[in-house]
Amino acid sequence: MTESTMKPPKKVLSPVNWMRQHLFSTWYNALLTVVVGYLIVTSVGPLLNWVFFDANFQGSDPSDCSGAGACWLFINQRLNFFIYGFYPDELQWRVDFMFLLLAVSFVPQFIERFPGRKWLGIFGMTGLPLIGFFLIPGGSFGLEQVESTKWGGLMLTLILAYIGIIASLPIGTLLALGRRSEMPIIRGLCVVFIEVWRAVPLITVLFMASVMLPLFLPEGMNFEKLARALIGITLWQSAYMAEVIRGGLQAIPRGQYEAADALGLGYWRKMGLIVLPQALKLVIPGIVNTFIALFKDTTLVLIIGLFDILGTVQSTVTDPAWQNVAVEGYVFVAFCFWVFCFGISQYSQKLERKLDTGHKT
Amino acid sequence: MGNPMTEQTQTSETQSSPRSEAGQKPDIIRVEGMHKWYGDFHVLKDLNLNVKQGERIVICGPSGSGKSTFIRCLNRLEEHQQGKIIVDEVELTDDVRHIDTVRREVGMVFQHFNLFPHLTVLENCCLSPIWVRKIPRKEAEASAMEYLERVKIPDQANKFPGQLSGGQQQRVAIARALCMKPKIMLFDEPTSALDPEMIKEVLDVMIELAGSGMTMLCVTHEMGFAKTVADRVIFMDGGEIVEEAPPHEFFTNPQEARTQKFLKQILQH
Ligand SMILES: Nc1ncnc2c1ncn2[C@@H]1O[C@H](COP(=O)(O)OP(=O)(O)O)[C@@H](O)[C@H]1O
Ligand SMILES: [Mg+2]
Repeated sequence: MTESTMKPPKKVLSPVNWMRQHLFSTWYNALLTVVVGYLIVTSVGPLLNWVFFDANFQGSDPSDCSGAGACWLFINQRLNFFIYGFYPDELQWRVDFMFLLLAVSFVPQFIERFPGRKWLGIFGMTGLPLIGFFLIPGGSFGLEQVESTKWGGLMLTLILAYIGIIASLPIGTLLALGRRSEMPIIRGLCVVFIEVWRAVPLITVLFMASVMLPLFLPEGMNFEKLARALIGITLWQSAYMAEVIRGGLQAIPRGQYEAADALGLGYWRKMGLIVLPQALKLVIPGIVNTFIALFKDTTLVLIIGLFDILGTVQSTVTDPAWQNVAVEGYVFVAFCFWVFCFGISQYSQKLERKLDTGHKT
Repeated sequence: MGNPMTEQTQTSETQSSPRSEAGQKPDIIRVEGMHKWYGDFHVLKDLNLNVKQGERIVICGPSGSGKSTFIRCLNRLEEHQQGKIIVDEVELTDDVRHIDTVRREVGMVFQHFNLFPHLTVLENCCLSPIWVRKIPRKEAEASAMEYLERVKIPDQANKFPGQLSGGQQQRVAIARALCMKPKIMLFDEPTSALDPEMIKEVLDVMIELAGSGMTMLCVTHEMGFAKTVADRVIFMDGGEIVEEAPPHEFFTNPQEARTQKFLKQILQH
């Protein structure tokens, strides 16, 4: 075979031609271009002024905010509260250490060819929560105890979301497998579990966990509100996760199960080595979607008196000493959420591309 | 069919299973009065079949006659409701251990290959040896490479199935089944999903395998393959075994009207 030297024809457009083709092709496109262009020009300028040029970053008290732009000074001043809640200042290194571990485990995931990044990721899913479990509350290994009522801010948001996410994945997987099990009892239990939890709003779950659960539990078994909320969030999230994963399981052709059976792999190896790797890969977008939804839903813990990042900001913007800082506060919260959710989304897309081995069966 | 390789395998087999009488090959598969229903639909009706060690059997018949269902019963991908299936002295029942034992001895090749698309060719082949036979990875890979050489695609070992042609995929599927070192190989229309120019490369591998003394049951409509390789041809229709005969007799002098009609139809082309 001779190598063809012919290249596909290239489409090259000069800027003027490009504009003519894409922006001004018809009279109504031209009109739209002009109107939208006008809106962008008139809104971006003031927005940039508010965010950057007229904004106040420096200073020490509310009077340093001139009033023209955003008062980022407020965020700056209360940042400690927004990140750690009431966690004692002198013990905040523990939280910082966990932030560091989080970054060390997951930032390398974005860097192709980072040595051992797979192991860092695995550490992030296993070792990291384990270390956090001892380090953050303290009370063992000679660490001073910090009541969970003092936890708050971004740190609390991350704890709720992180535990909810990494615990719901395996539980949801088991529930999904159970729902497709051939054993009627297991299948029945899983169906009931999923349908009950999925049909309840998270707010209700949190209320139940904080108000009702203690009434049912025997005396002395009354564990902390945060733990109860975490269990509630995890189980609720698992039910959703189960349905997402079940969608993936259903998409795997029967031939895959049969080939695994014919090779004598047995149920768990068939699922673990053949079916789940393919099914989970298929539903990465759905899984990430539920992760992101959960990340934002954690703000609901406010109603049972836990102060996540939104809660801490909300409770400070009403501080009479600072005037009209609500917008700055909420923009800050929105930005924090966006950074994490966008990060999750980017990572998932990377993962999808990496796991794509081309064709389907 | 006097094949020296067959002779050889048989001798070693006789040593390993003292129960078999000298000079007579043991029945490695015995099917006795087997029935199967899908719901109320009676798919397989009173099947009886004995297959000797090293025998090559071709099963043919019109579409929907139960050929696939039958050979899938032999490794319990389908469950039978009545009668007995005994594979290598193990009866197939609900007992999971029996099923596992039989599946280790029986390799299967499907019409649509059913390779695992998320694993490379080599990983596809090593999976079962490593996880079921507990062979160390190095050894399993070396052995898998031998089989890939035997099916003539060692150079594709690190590709994913999706990057291969149909014929190559089917040869990988054969290698994957062989890696378990099975005593019996089942083929369910292995060439039906292939483009014509790829059929030969798969059949060549199967003919080579037949020459090595493997016990084979092939559902296929490749009559040329049946003529060269089969010891017996079985014709199924409506869930029954209508006729079985050595290939020469089967093709030149079929006894049953249904067989004659079927042969006439497929040999026209
Ligand atoms: N899972 C199933 N449930 C119900 N009927 C089935 C199932 N699989 C196959 N059949 C039916 O059983 C008959 C035999 O099918 P099959 O063994 O695939 O035939 P063949 O392989 O000879 O074409 C067909 O009529 C088919 O419709
Ligand atoms: Mg068939």
